[in-house]
Amino acid sequence: MKQIIFISGKGGTGKTVLTASVASLPKSQVIADCDVDAANLHLLLKPVIRETHRFISGKEATIDRDVCRECGECISLCRYEAISPDFFIHSHKCEGCGLCYRICPEHAISMQEKVAGEWYISETGFGEFVHARLGIGADNSGKLVSKIKQKSKSLARDNKSDYLIIDGPPGIACPLIAAVSGVNLAVIVTEPTKSGIHDLERVLGITNHFRVDTGILINKSDLNPDYADKIVSLAEMNQIPIIGKIPYLPEVFEAVSQGELPISDNGTFELLIHKAWENITSLTDTKQVEAI
Amino acid sequence: MVIAVASGKGGTGKTTISTSLALVTPQVQFIDADVEEPNAHIFLQPDHLIQQSAALKIPSIDLSVCTRCGLCQEICEFNALAVLPESNKGPGNVFLFETLCHGCGACYHLCPENAITERAKEIGIVESGVFQNLQDENCEFIHGVLNLNESLTTPVIKDVKKQIDSQKTVIIDAPPGTSCPMIEAVEDSDYCILVTEPTPFGLHDLDLAVEVIRKMDIPHGVIVNRSQNRHNIITDYCGKRNIPILLQIPYSKRIAEGYSKGIPLVKIDPHYIKQFQELLVAIQNHYPKDISSAQNESLLYANPHFFDENAR
Repeated sequence: MKQIIFISGKGGTGKTVLTASVASLPKSQVIADCDVDAANLHLLLKPVIRETHRFISGKEATIDRDVCRECGECISLCRYEAISPDFFIHSHKCEGCGLCYRICPEHAISMQEKVAGEWYISETGFGEFVHARLGIGADNSGKLVSKIKQKSKSLARDNKSDYLIIDGPPGIACPLIAAVSGVNLAVIVTEPTKSGIHDLERVLGITNHFRVDTGILINKSDLNPDYADKIVSLAEMNQIPIIGKIPYLPEVFEAVSQGELPISDNGTFELLIHKAWENITSLTDTKQVEAI
Repeated sequence: MVIAVASGKGGTGKTTISTSLALVTPQVQFIDADVEEPNAHIFLQPDHLIQQSAALKIPSIDLSVCTRCGLCQEICEFNALAVLPESNKGPGNVFLFETLCHGCGACYHLCPENAITERAKEIGIVESGVFQNLQDENCEFIHGVLNLNESLTTPVIKDVKKQIDSQKTVIIDAPPGTSCPMIEAVEDSDYCILVTEPTPFGLHDLDLAVEVIRKMDIPHGVIVNRSQNRHNIITDYCGKRNIPILLQIPYSKRIAEGYSKGIPLVKIDPHYIKQFQELLVAIQNHYPKDISSAQNESLLYANPHFFDENAR
């Protein structure tokens, strides 16, 4: 079973549309959405939810105002400024470290488990789908991402699927690190813009450090040919294969604007996705990453 | 006054909007709080950059005083400490898993032997510098950059926000998403501009962002970027919820190309200078709160002829 993740560094490069398009090609697979903070993949895959699970992660403190005598010890020690001057705990600021709970002389503080979100196992027209919704203001520490990875991997193994296709999170911190761990290939979806290249370099810092095999897919490739060339040079310098170059296609934008998958009747986009998928499988089906 | 620019969905145009707004604002202080992937410096080109370390306080255990009681391991909610007890095999040890440590200070405060001190661990940097706005004033630029392979974003954002000069008009470019980092960046702002695009993704994530902003009680308005029609799913949504549409920026290949080269919107198309100036005045004076009905034709601050003028 090969795990392939689509990441970006920069948001808005087209990761989710490309993940959905690749997922829509018929094959034996499980699909996962690890972009848990404002998840979008379900909008294109239109899943029917089969199982819903609460995601409990971390703790938060509550002050019993009847017992509290307002000595202020908790406020002075809390490093997250989570306790207001009138001894109310801001849920979104509380990191659940438990220090206030332990030092309160009146034992007025208790710790509760935090429901940080929900995760789901669903059916789609293309395979089973594991996805989540992170609670508003929840700590995006990567734990929910890890849960999705773990569940989708075991589902893929149980189903004896050939592939696990993952929509990854943006950024370079915990969620991204949790998502790329153990994948066979990370496809970095980038765009030929100054911001795109800047962010590509940062995300490559992570994938290089964790020795994750990568490929680069240049989306909106005709936006700026000079920068597209820069990306190709950067890829060559780092010995990273180019998985594909996809120009801006109005029909793709149209389809996505309607909430539809842009894959249909053998249009340009569909052919490019097929080609990208061929490149991906030729990389994952051999042990070594070869330049294309 | 502090104005935050946030979105929910990544890539909608937060940096495009925040940098152009900053360029037309006198005596502005610009804060890029997207510490994982800061981009505003590309557009504002600050110089005279001074770096400061953004650090977490992490524990340092004096093994000669430590009795291996294991209390620190027990109380650490992040599983960052492991205590190997003393035995006939050796004196034992205490292991700190730095990447898991949240710097809460619980072990430091609670060690019964006072065997724990704290040291600063750099997790990122805060850079401050100077950029020129369109009035050629020297303005303050600050951004945070999370070090690669560090996992905690929020402490760096906190450090960046410590630099806020409340005497000035402050514009904060927030990170995408609706979780902790976005909330940290937007917290305590006087107004929040939510930038979105007229797609199902944009709408879905805007709804999440609005929920957060409403919980934080921050007045807000929406800018629709890459708009194709004056009436779209975003204007419908905002109409139903009484959220003002501050501006719509029509999709334009020319703007996309200019953006790709790192040119701010108000320099690609100076027509927008007036739009952003009006937007700033409106926010400073009115905190626009309501649009009167879902059928309101004249979007509050958009030039009604804008779409005709920009159909080039």
